Amino acid sequence: MSNFLDRLTFFSKVREPFADGHGITTNEDRRWEDGYRKRWQHDKIVRSTHGANCTGSCSWKIYVKGGIVTWETQQTDYPRTRPDLPNHEPRGCSRGASYSWYLYSGNRVKYPLIRSRLLKLWREARATRTPVAAWASIVENPEKRASYMKKRGHGGFVRARWEEVNEIIASANAYTAKTHGPDRVFGFSPIPAMSMVSYAAGSRYLSLIGGVCMSFYDWYCDLPPSSPQTWGEQTDVPESADWYNAGFIILWGSNVPQTRTPDAHFYTEARYRGTKSAVICPDYSEASKFGDIWLSVKQGTDSALAMAMGHVILKEYHVDRQASYFRDYVRQYTDMPMLVRLVKQGDAYVPERFLRASDFDKSLDEKNNPDWKTVAYDEATGKVVVPKGSVGFRWGEQGKWNLEEQESGGKDVKLRLTLDGFKNDIAEVAFPYFGNIEHEHFTSDDHPSVLKRNVPVKKIKTTEGEVLVATVHDLFIANYGVDRGFGGGHVAKSYDEAVPYTPAWAEKITGVSRDKIIQVAREFATNAEKTNGRSMVIIGAAMNHWYHADMNYRGVINMLVMCGCVGQSGGGWSHYVGQEKLRPQAGWAPLAFALDWGRPPRQQNSTSCWYAHTDQWRYEHVNVGDIVSPTAPAGPWDGAIIDYNIRAERMGWLPSAPQLQTNPLQVAKDAAAAGMEAKDYVAKALKDGTLKLSCEDPDNPKNWPRNLFVWRSNLLGSSGKGHEYFLKHLLGTSHGVLGKDLGAEGKARAKEVVWHDEAPEGKLDLLVTLDFRMSTTCVYSDIVLPTATWYEKNDLNTSDMHPFIHPLTGAVDPAWEARSDWEIYKGIAKAFSKVAPEVLGVEKDVVLNPIMHDSPNEIAQAFEPKDWKKGECDPIPGKTMPTVAVVERDYPNIYARFTSLGPLMEKVGNGIKGIAWNTAHEVEHLKALNGVHTDGPTKGMAKIVTDVDAAETLLMLAPETNGEVAVKSWEALSKTTGREHAHLALPKEDEKIRFRDVVAQPRKIISAPTWSGLESEKVCYNAGYTNVHELIPWRTLTGRQQLYQDHLWMRAFGEGFCVYRPPVDLGTIKPVQGSKPNGEKEVVLNFITPHQKWGIHSTYTDNLMMLTLSRGGPIVWLSEKDAAKAGIVDNDWVEAYNTNGALVARAVVSQRMKEGTLFMYHAQEKIVNVPGSEMTGQRGGIHNSVTRAVLKPTHMIGGYVQFAYGFNYYGTIGTNRDEFVVIRKVKNVDWLERPAKDAQPVIGSAAATAAE
Amino acid sequence: MANYINHALFGWYPYLALTVFILGSIIRFDREPYTWKAGSSQLLRQRQLRLGSNLFHVGILIIFFGHLGGLLTPIQVFDALGIGHGFKQGLAIVVGGVAGLMCLAGIAILTHRRLFDPRIRATSSFSDTAILLILFAQLLLGLLTIPVSLQHMDGHEMVKFMTWAQGVLTLQPDAWMQVKDTNIIFKLHLTLGMTIFLLFPFTRLVHIWSAPIWYLGRRGYQVVRSRRNLNPAE
Repeated sequence: MSNFLDRLTFFSKVREPFADGHGITTNEDRRWEDGYRKRWQHDKIVRSTHGANCTGSCSWKIYVKGGIVTWETQQTDYPRTRPDLPNHEPRGCSRGASYSWYLYSGNRVKYPLIRSRLLKLWREARATRTPVAAWASIVENPEKRASYMKKRGHGGFVRARWEEVNEIIASANAYTAKTHGPDRVFGFSPIPAMSMVSYAAGSRYLSLIGGVCMSFYDWYCDLPPSSPQTWGEQTDVPESADWYNAGFIILWGSNVPQTRTPDAHFYTEARYRGTKSAVICPDYSEASKFGDIWLSVKQGTDSALAMAMGHVILKEYHVDRQASYFRDYVRQYTDMPMLVRLVKQGDAYVPERFLRASDFDKSLDEKNNPDWKTVAYDEATGKVVVPKGSVGFRWGEQGKWNLEEQESGGKDVKLRLTLDGFKNDIAEVAFPYFGNIEHEHFTSDDHPSVLKRNVPVKKIKTTEGEVLVATVHDLFIANYGVDRGFGGGHVAKSYDEAVPYTPAWAEKITGVSRDKIIQVAREFATNAEKTNGRSMVIIGAAMNHWYHADMNYRGVINMLVMCGCVGQSGGGWSHYVGQEKLRPQAGWAPLAFALDWGRPPRQQNSTSCWYAHTDQWRYEHVNVGDIVSPTAPAGPWDGAIIDYNIRAERMGWLPSAPQLQTNPLQVAKDAAAAGMEAKDYVAKALKDGTLKLSCEDPDNPKNWPRNLFVWRSNLLGSSGKGHEYFLKHLLGTSHGVLGKDLGAEGKARAKEVVWHDEAPEGKLDLLVTLDFRMSTTCVYSDIVLPTATWYEKNDLNTSDMHPFIHPLTGAVDPAWEARSDWEIYKGIAKAFSKVAPEVLGVEKDVVLNPIMHDSPNEIAQAFEPKDWKKGECDPIPGKTMPTVAVVERDYPNIYARFTSLGPLMEKVGNGIKGIAWNTAHEVEHLKALNGVHTDGPTKGMAKIVTDVDAAETLLMLAPETNGEVAVKSWEALSKTTGREHAHLALPKEDEKIRFRDVVAQPRKIISAPTWSGLESEKVCYNAGYTNVHELIPWRTLTGRQQLYQDHLWMRAFGEGFCVYRPPVDLGTIKPVQGSKPNGEKEVVLNFITPHQKWGIHSTYTDNLMMLTLSRGGPIVWLSEKDAAKAGIVDNDWVEAYNTNGALVARAVVSQRMKEGTLFMYHAQEKIVNVPGSEMTGQRGGIHNSVTRAVLKPTHMIGGYVQFAYGFNYYGTIGTNRDEFVVIRKVKNVDWLERPAKDAQPVIGSAAATAAE
Repeated sequence: MANYINHALFGWYPYLALTVFILGSIIRFDREPYTWKAGSSQLLRQRQLRLGSNLFHVGILIIFFGHLGGLLTPIQVFDALGIGHGFKQGLAIVVGGVAGLMCLAGIAILTHRRLFDPRIRATSSFSDTAILLILFAQLLLGLLTIPVSLQHMDGHEMVKFMTWAQGVLTLQPDAWMQVKDTNIIFKLHLTLGMTIFLLFPFTRLVHIWSAPIWYLGRRGYQVVRSRRNLNPAE
């Protein structure tokens, strides 16, 4: 009754001694304990996870008490693994454990917010106008448009009602579709695997109206182009449990305990099991302590290290002694036996393209695709044969696309790896060398630019006469500079000769001593030989973000392939950057891109798009001449980088959005008026110039992106390379760009692109961001929509690190006025259907699509690519230019279509990666499960009304979650390969994983041909496993792991074989050095942005709990030596800047840092403790304020099997590691805490009322 | 007017202070049990605390019990024991002076720590800082009474305070008259002392009620609080 009175127990107190009086038992009141007991009591526990791009996909218990989420703890009910393999749990980290803070924090977006000036304009216009006309009256008036645009990022948000903002957004979209074209409505959302239903919500809406979904994996630079180049596979990697099966692990630029925290236990457990480990990274990272050996490599020179290790492996296991496991592996699974033409260049030969069946008389009896079938010598007969498995067998015929050691006719063959000892000649072959390029901050040497080495060759009779050929194997070894006794120069007998690529040579470049290089290479290979390939390389963003990332990666891939590690349990290439593995992808894609209603969707590669539309190309200092190969085939190889992108777009290699300068709805009408099919009309009109591609004039207002949705992303605060250019040109607000564009500098301009002297500032009419927290992107948006947190919605989450499907579940309803992404886009779709009839009806939309990978088109131009614009050929859709399709848009019924499964799933079926199957049965199941619409335009179709309906739809359609579909998809693949695969899924045919099942417990996926690994009770998921063990070819030209790239552009840029290429000079330092002195010393450092400990990219970095664990604001790390040079001590405010812009942060001075580098962990929010910059006068920027995207022409190649485009599969990548900054101490820390110059009173405030 | 003030301060104010002290403590203990704490800042900073806190607590405990015994022991008891007033005053000055200086050193360290350590400063409530400064002032006032007391070593002034204190507790309406002519220093010291009683329930001083003196006489070092009914009589 009363705490006080109840304690007055002097007369009733009992004490019973025990243990000889050492203890007493009392009857004291114990109710005070309830306080502590209640602290941990809760009403319910709900399973959810965190939709951050961390690859974690950890199962969490979310505790709810009194309707409030109180805290979260790790779930421990994962299905068990098999004996002798550690279990997956517990998974989770400190970041995830702090998530519940967000729900009720000050940072939560609680209501729909809109820029007050825009709202004022809207209400004024809407008072007298219909919705679309109201929007037109605002954006067609330059002053009105500028009035809110110029204020982006400067505050001024007011609350609005959902109905009102939905109407504004819908009107803007409808206006844009009608006036400029639906392909001017863009949406950016990354990594569907994080929360695939939420992704699908926005992409489904955009795809239905004809809007553009932008790629992310390439833009984030998580995409390693080397993977599609080598394997025809975007990225496929072992799950973390497979680390345990490895015998030797190299951690190469990957910081597992810090950035793969929930998986790190497998690494520890592997070490307990006896696995040896080498750690390669410049700084003494958290991972370094796990290593038996730590190689502190100079940043950016990893490919030199990999080449030297490859040199050792080749010499000791392939040349001096031939390890039989390695030899058999490379013969069957790589392009090493394939023949390559050599052509004369100067006084030596250079490797040209692969020899094809069509080079021979009667095409060696190949009727189907002889241009696309590579050839090799058979050891037994000594004849040239056409081995099965090359891409020519994949399309147009059945049953021969496999890796059986047979030639096309079915006879067993053993392919010859070397021409040495096969009545051969020796020829001098030229290899390009880039290690002599001088760079202020990297070591170069004085070897010539062309290294001529002797290679065994053979003359062969072709339809073009006699040509010289060599095997990839012989060229490959020569490229490494291993001496095989053929004489000639630039080869080394001993490791101590400083010839490219010996350990002694690498020692100078990388700073790693030769004995360590030799030791690690030997141990890696020895282990692989003894264990049949159980050597693994765990690799990450650190290496993949360099301009020449391909070389770093191909250097490592070569090591793995030489040792037969790829596709073997416990071995292979473990590239962990980005949560790329959307396991039920085949079921998700129809939902996400509205393939049930219209195909193809509009998809754009972001890197090229942002490069053009944030006008970063106008500041390009990297010349094509700087990166072209000294052995490049004849050609102009001139122009600017953007010119190559334009060529790639018009040849159908890369996508293009906006696509045409003319509204695609108009193009459809014009085609109809001309009485032509759209594809013929577009081809003709492009040729005669009536139609222009938008990419040729990105600064023309007709070609601007007009509306942009950002959701599940912090584009401006995290991934936006060239942040200040985004602010300046895309948003048109205040910015910190310090450099001048090429026009102002009077430098050479691009050739193909139209130059406007005055660059546009402010291309976007409307920027809408959906988020649960007030991120940097929200701050710059026009409309911010409050979305449900990861504990307030139903969704699905998968990862490459484990084989489970996880749910996100609504533990509580969305707080305040927040809604789930699914509900938000549903609401916008509803508003759109209501306002669209003002200007739009049922329309025909002409959609241009690049030549897609895994489609029959991927074999477009077999030899030197021809450009129709230069008159080298005709524009033929799908062959020499993009494909052209017509898609019907029913604009008044967008909402009805959004919420129903459309008819194409039954009519056309489903498929993925070139495999197609009938899915009518699943559609029937779905109708029974989700119910059907009983009236309206979608009567009788399956409902997709709620987020759970959406989840059920994708789970039903995907082979990974529906055993029946898995069996169907394997059977479909069997037709192409001629081999039986269905056994891989038959044991699970009856299994159907539903949403409620994964809510009950995470479920393992079913093996499907979408992926190259298996999920079974015998092996852990490992990439390439089905290629090696089921003999399914890799999806490359040769059908094998392709170590030689014969495309013209690959040869032109010197990357036919892997070589060492030093970082490129981006020219961003000189113009700003000493330009605005503040009296402090300036030091130039390499700017590196690794993944951090206190956040997952920008998520959690504004979370008070994580801020408390770090320094509570932006920080950069530098070495003690560099700090001393610049007069900086720990915790000083410092500024880092170059021509791209400036950032301000506190300095962390640490002995773990390598001299010459500056780390700024990715990514710290602009909204937390960022003072003003002395250089720009703006708030001090973010990590991307000093970066700019620089494209690489080889990433633009298309229409060539593995080089054909795929959304997030291939394309230009946003690299940023080659960047340097000037760093100096800040003299005066200015927090800019004063009103903006032309600040206006907020609507509804007392000051505003007074002013009125 | 002077009489009115004296009557109010030493006649009525003691009852107000004592009432708030007792009722306030009970109410807080009952209603806000989770605020009942010493509020130690030891986790934030160890240095200075060990020395400062020990000096302060030892000193103030001696002073507290000295005041308690000295003021509330009936005069007849001293007389019966043959302890002279002068001797008692001398003893009080010496013991109180030494303890007071200890306490002064301690509170100076603690005050410095509370005001100048940024972490402690940031986590201190207004009442934490205020009560510390009030105790500091009270201690200085107490020490300042020593030179005044040295003017009259016969102990007659001291007897006045004893009579007053005992008069207040035994509800003598005229007890205030005992102190109305004493030195202003004493009056300030008394007034501030009563104010500390008044503020007591609203500050961290409540931990004094919970001083773990039971530990001293406890038998058995393991205490089991049983859920079983140990008192069959009930």
